[in-house]
Amino acid sequence: MKKKLVSMVLSLAMVAAVVTGCGNSGSAPASTDTAATTDTAATTDTAATTDTAATTDTAADTAADTSADAASGELIKVGIINNDPNESGYRTANDKDLKATFTEENGYDASFAYSNENDEQIAAAQKFIQDGVDYLLLSAAGTAGWDSTLQDAQAAGVRVILFDRVIDASEDLYEGSIVSDMDKEGQTAVDWLKSQGLSEYNIIHLQGVMGSAAQVGRSGALTDTAEAEGWNIVTQQTADWNAETAQQIVQSVIDSGTSFNVIYAENDDMARGAVAALDSANISHGVDGDVIIMGFDCNQWALQELLDGNWNYDGQCNPFQSSYINDIITKLQNGETLSEKTIIMDEKGFDATTITADDVANYGI
Amino acid sequence: MGTKELKKPAGGNNFTKLFKNQIFIPLAALLLLALFNLIADPGFFKITLGYNNLGNPVLSGFLVTILDSGSEVAILAIGMTLVTAATGGQDISVGAAVAIAGSVLLRVLCGHNTRPETLQAPIIVGFLVCCVVAMLFGAFNGVLVAYFKIQPMVATLILYTAGRSIAAWINNNELPIVNEPSFGYFGGFIPGIPIPTPFFIAIICMVVIGLVLKFTNLRLYTQAVGINENSSRLNGLNPQIIKVLSFVILGLCVAVVGLIKTSRVSSINYSVIAKDIEMDAILAVALGGNALGGGKFNMTASIIGAYVIQFLTQTLFKFNVKSTALPAYKAVVVIVLVVISAPVVREWFTATMKKLKTKEAA
Repeated sequence: MKKKLVSMVLSLAMVAAVVTGCGNSGSAPASTDTAATTDTAATTDTAATTDTAATTDTAADTAADTSADAASGELIKVGIINNDPNESGYRTANDKDLKATFTEENGYDASFAYSNENDEQIAAAQKFIQDGVDYLLLSAAGTAGWDSTLQDAQAAGVRVILFDRVIDASEDLYEGSIVSDMDKEGQTAVDWLKSQGLSEYNIIHLQGVMGSAAQVGRSGALTDTAEAEGWNIVTQQTADWNAETAQQIVQSVIDSGTSFNVIYAENDDMARGAVAALDSANISHGVDGDVIIMGFDCNQWALQELLDGNWNYDGQCNPFQSSYINDIITKLQNGETLSEKTIIMDEKGFDATTITADDVANYGI
Repeated sequence: MGTKELKKPAGGNNFTKLFKNQIFIPLAALLLLALFNLIADPGFFKITLGYNNLGNPVLSGFLVTILDSGSEVAILAIGMTLVTAATGGQDISVGAAVAIAGSVLLRVLCGHNTRPETLQAPIIVGFLVCCVVAMLFGAFNGVLVAYFKIQPMVATLILYTAGRSIAAWINNNELPIVNEPSFGYFGGFIPGIPIPTPFFIAIICMVVIGLVLKFTNLRLYTQAVGINENSSRLNGLNPQIIKVLSFVILGLCVAVVGLIKTSRVSSINYSVIAKDIEMDAILAVALGGNALGGGKFNMTASIIGAYVIQFLTQTLFKFNVKSTALPAYKAVVVIVLVVISAPVVREWFTATMKKLKTKEAA
């Protein structure tokens, strides 16, 4: 009897734990926009009911669909599948941008689903398709496994637009994709570095998580150019996007007494960690300093560092895809065809000597 | 092990005696690494006195960096040793809990403004609030483990998964940045003192836990619960309380680490702050030769184990091991150290030594 009670309590605790777990990831986006979350919940609910009802009564389903259309007055229904906004500053900015664009005022009825897991994203996509959305906007967590879902979408007349992430699927399955070109981001930064015309280049290269698209693109550009130009890479080490690890790596270079004059950090956090190490060793950096500091992602605080002259360069990884997506949808709604499937976004690189306070406000994420 | 020591003839082999001491393994590993660096490049041990950008004297050099960066893991190893000893399991949520603690601290210091000109609350208030929150989360883990009898790794998996989201949510997913220079002292240097503050903080933690272990029954009770929960209950202990207490103490350690980590960069990144630090903390306990199944423990060995890990990391950085190969090197060294320090291997080694000795005598 006692055993039974214990196991019951245990399973209850497990259930509670699961609920807490879900509750937390669910409540996170709520902090940014409560209305949108309610939106999500509502869609999921409808989808769930359609799930069971649709099999027995399709007619009722269609009827419900048309009545919903009429009630909302020609709103375009979009289902947006994104990664968890807590993942990074980039993702937070990306999510905010999407929510600001796909509003009822702009003629959209948007539902959002978030996950960093591919299978959860696929499940969400299937729900959106059953829910009868007009457009499915997708930032896939993983590149593989999307074929059958996208075929389902095509069969149901749902048009798919990819943003931020590409997937391994036939181009026929989606209308267009809007991506960042990480190689180009790296190249822009390296070209800027080349234009500085230093008498010698001794570079500390702080890499992101090895194998991530951003790391591969940003590292590739530097490695290639360094080889071609005969630049000396003092150390090349991954700090896993982590400020403290970057601080340790730069500290160890300082400790070993090797001289360097450029820090190429593949994100802003790592640049910040590197600068902390330089500060404690009294090595000057930034404009007119001994060491050039380069970062990526254009966090607002990082651009502020540029404006203050503490850093030299920051490369943009543009999270603002919604205007591009909006253009595509408008074109498709007007029956136009797109000239190209893959659209690469404009991405800037900011120089500390030319950046303005407006840039910090406009481009900071 | 106690019974074996009794059986041993008086005045036994000195080496065997030393080897039997739990502290031998981490110390030997430390010496080995030091020797390796001495041969490869004696410059490793050079310490120089310089000045930082604020004009304060600071010591720098690899050894100083090791003492500096290894301190966080050393502090966590204190709590992790107690949790391991009492529950026979490990807390894998400390990294996420550090994120929560740091987030709470910055939230109190910055208020609603993410980039305040002046602090909204004294640092000590922020730190106390962060201690309370971290201890509450520790207690949450502890209650799951002690009262609901959930495997510690499974129980702490909840916070491990949700912790970083909670941390982000506490600050509305914004990144507060503290401009107050005195906040940077905890992860950097106090003006006029050339030794990194994290090392001082670690020393304070060690002294406190040393005094607690010496003047209270915490060590005895923890070990009793870890060795045999039922018999400790029959002897009048409350195993549940002891287990929860170990998690709460770990929570306190987490709060201290949260302060150091956020102070280092005067900011926080929820997804990467203290990433994988739980693994280093558990490793420190294992390197210290503590049985991961609970029971007897040696706090000093764990703390030395923590600095060994940092020594190893710093050595690898120094030799500029390729980023892609770094974890592999680390893994090889760790496997060797952990296998050597495993009680089974040490018992076997002791037995072999004894056999050799009797052969020699014969």
